[in-house]
Amino acid sequence: MREHYIAGMSQMTLSRKLAILSDAAKYDASCASSGTERRDARKGGLGSTEGAGICHAYTPDGRCVSLLKILMTNFCIFDCAYCVNRVSSNVERARFTVDEVVTLTLEFYRRNYIEGLFLSSGIIRSPDATMADMVRIARTLRVDHGFKGYIHLKTIPDASPELLDEAGLYADRLSINIELPQDTSIRELAPEKRPETIRQAMGRVHLTREASRDRSHTGKRPASFAPAGQSTQMIVGADRANDAAILSTASRLYTGYGLKRVYYSAFSPIPDASAALPLVKPPLMREHRLYQADWLMRFYGFSVDEIAGVTPGGDLDLAIDPKLAWALANRADFPLDVNRAPREALLRVPGFGTKTVARILSARRHGALRYDDLARMGASMKKARAFVRLPGWTPGALTDSADLRARFAPPPEQLQLI
Amino acid sequence: MQVVALPATGWREAWRDAARRLAAARVRPQDVTWQTGEGLFAPDPLPPAGPVTVPRAFVDLADAVLCHRDPERFALLYTALWRLSGERGLLANPADPLVARLEALAKSVRRDSHKMRAFVRFRELPGDGPRRRFAAWFEPDHLILARNAPFFARRFADMDWTILTPDERADFRDGVLTHGPGAPRPDLPPDASEALWATYFTNIFNPARIKLAAMRSEMPRKYWKNLPEAREIPAMLADAERRVAVMRSAQATAAPARAAAISERYRAAMPKAPDRIDSLDDACRAAAHCTRCDLYCHATQTVWGEGPADAALMIVGEQPGDHEDLAGRPFVGPAGGVLDEAMAAAGMARDRVWLTNAVKHFKFTPRGKRRLHQTPDRAETDACRWWLDLERRFIQPRLVMALGGTAAYALTGDKTGLGRRRGRVEETATGPVMLSWHPSYILRLPDKGAAAEARAQLTEDLAQAARLVA
Repeated sequence: MREHYIAGMSQMTLSRKLAILSDAAKYDASCASSGTERRDARKGGLGSTEGAGICHAYTPDGRCVSLLKILMTNFCIFDCAYCVNRVSSNVERARFTVDEVVTLTLEFYRRNYIEGLFLSSGIIRSPDATMADMVRIARTLRVDHGFKGYIHLKTIPDASPELLDEAGLYADRLSINIELPQDTSIRELAPEKRPETIRQAMGRVHLTREASRDRSHTGKRPASFAPAGQSTQMIVGADRANDAAILSTASRLYTGYGLKRVYYSAFSPIPDASAALPLVKPPLMREHRLYQADWLMRFYGFSVDEIAGVTPGGDLDLAIDPKLAWALANRADFPLDVNRAPREALLRVPGFGTKTVARILSARRHGALRYDDLARMGASMKKARAFVRLPGWTPGALTDSADLRARFAPPPEQLQLI
Repeated sequence: MQVVALPATGWREAWRDAARRLAAARVRPQDVTWQTGEGLFAPDPLPPAGPVTVPRAFVDLADAVLCHRDPERFALLYTALWRLSGERGLLANPADPLVARLEALAKSVRRDSHKMRAFVRFRELPGDGPRRRFAAWFEPDHLILARNAPFFARRFADMDWTILTPDERADFRDGVLTHGPGAPRPDLPPDASEALWATYFTNIFNPARIKLAAMRSEMPRKYWKNLPEAREIPAMLADAERRVAVMRSAQATAAPARAAAISERYRAAMPKAPDRIDSLDDACRAAAHCTRCDLYCHATQTVWGEGPADAALMIVGEQPGDHEDLAGRPFVGPAGGVLDEAMAAAGMARDRVWLTNAVKHFKFTPRGKRRLHQTPDRAETDACRWWLDLERRFIQPRLVMALGGTAAYALTGDKTGLGRRRGRVEETATGPVMLSWHPSYILRLPDKGAAAEARAQLTEDLAQAARLVA
């Protein structure tokens, strides 16, 4: 049986393998290539990273294509119910050789299709054997080919700490998926995964990164470990966790392990789906609201309780964004005097982003701001007007009007199964 | 009226030179006419150069704005330069209409540059030299090739390449970058990698989540004609609904025959809590799976004790802190540092002591970018005493030292404050317990004198404990 597979595989074209192994990788949301150290090829090799990431293309699902995002193989001995590659699925299988991944990465890179490689994998033989092959690919790119582009390695749960340590030497970013917001759901839907070892791996990456930042007593800096940090992904809608639970888990991950990003992935129908999960339309709006809430926690000074506390049941309002929902529930704090309010208060005005607030703080040193100045500086006044006060503008009764929410919310729509 | 003529190539440098001379000669913006190529008026000779200083922010702004196609850009920039001599902080006022206008022009150039770095597509040219050769055709909105060519030179340093645009061209040969005039669209030879790239593009797309507006806002249609992958988009969209319908209507299939055996084998080999606890090692393995209270859901891991299994002295702290939780070892964070110093001062070797905590999981609340320690409550401490008792049973220390109130409660059952009890040995049903300060308490004391005193007392108590077990 095994020989049959191998014989069949060797006849598979590179194009067919690429089709199978990119199709299998598309459920990973991350494609970020930003926030790593600056490197370029002026002293040899190929490639560069200059801070900001670059999205080289967009697919009709609205997602950016920045990296060659593929699985090394979609053979897998795990049986995660939400995953198309689980051992009990009948999906067509393929496996890249090390050279195939290296060549695809370099040739795509030379044509400016991509910023680098995002390599993930099903688990073949054992977690350690799989992780060792992935590390070999990263090492070949970095050491043999002098590749200076971006590498993101999705680490394999339960792989040995030594392999994790080596992966961080070559990869810009390491990630390990938490998959589901609650331990009980992980144990139920992904019986081979262990939430505690996932957290342990995150803890180890965090500590190793912190240590690689410290200057040693000789004054030399040690090699920087995973300079673009670590990230994770949570599937939304595959279990019954509400948004408050999802955001609480995200908040613990950010504070505990210094994660750069938590990605939320609306559970989407997969080929050869498990009978254990509903084939509903992916909850894209819920996913979008979670990202907005995530931003509010990280850049706007909101806590989980403030965001999730304004709606009964702990789920975010799908009709309006979470900042607006918070402001409508806290109207006593408004209208705010834009020319006097501190930064923290300005950040809570619907329609003001972090850049707008920075511009307001800078501009009001030169004189009092008026309504038209705000619009010119990037504020969304359609939202903000009910919540701010400026010379020549006061929202009057608008702030407290009963139909204020209705002015923003779209008419209700029946959600449907597909 | 001063007429300035800027050349078709090199106008950026020419504008900078002219603007500097005009500003030094105090020529007012309303008295200058800027023209490119063949203008209506004959140019006037420029005044002599003089010293002009501008903020760094203006240099960056001008570099970007000069690449814009807007014919007014030269006059707008010169007006800003003129005003800067009286208003040094001008650029920091985004509410100023001129600043807003220039920022908008610069933003448009930056966006166009970003899209150029993203959407240039090289094709390989035939050749047998030591360096591989590539070429690309690109149509930017603005005159941005010179601004962006160094980026491609830093990135694609080991190959020769040419980027052609309608207005300008850049060539990179053997590490040297040169610029020249634009050209009409060339016929570049086909490149076999484009088919693989199209395969990737069509398969990384998820047909169940179409978001066309998001795609078009980030990859506007005007760029599509030079993107090989964009040719696939109509077919991808046409097929998406059918693919989702197939997924939806497919019945769950029977798992492959080998699947059950593979799962069974892997699950059998997964670490499990031992059925019986007959040794310290069993207890350690069992504790890793502890769910006796809810703290395990949020902490990283169980932090078990550490030290020799026959230690004469056991030191019990409150609970693992942030660092201990990540590392999986007791007393390795800041509080551990205080304890280490005190032990060293007391002449005690850390590796001769069993170090552990009353509660084995970290209790915290997320705040901002950090996890703030929370004191475990009675129920959590009671639940965890099971493990502490096992540690004592298997190690049989001659003396146990409780650091802090939680450990004191866990070991003596007495919740009374430490103030009067510190430094004493209390007899309990399970053996003698000495009480002292927790090192975290010492770290939190705001008063330096009080902290030094508490530190000295901890050292004293450790020394006394060492004497008692000697």
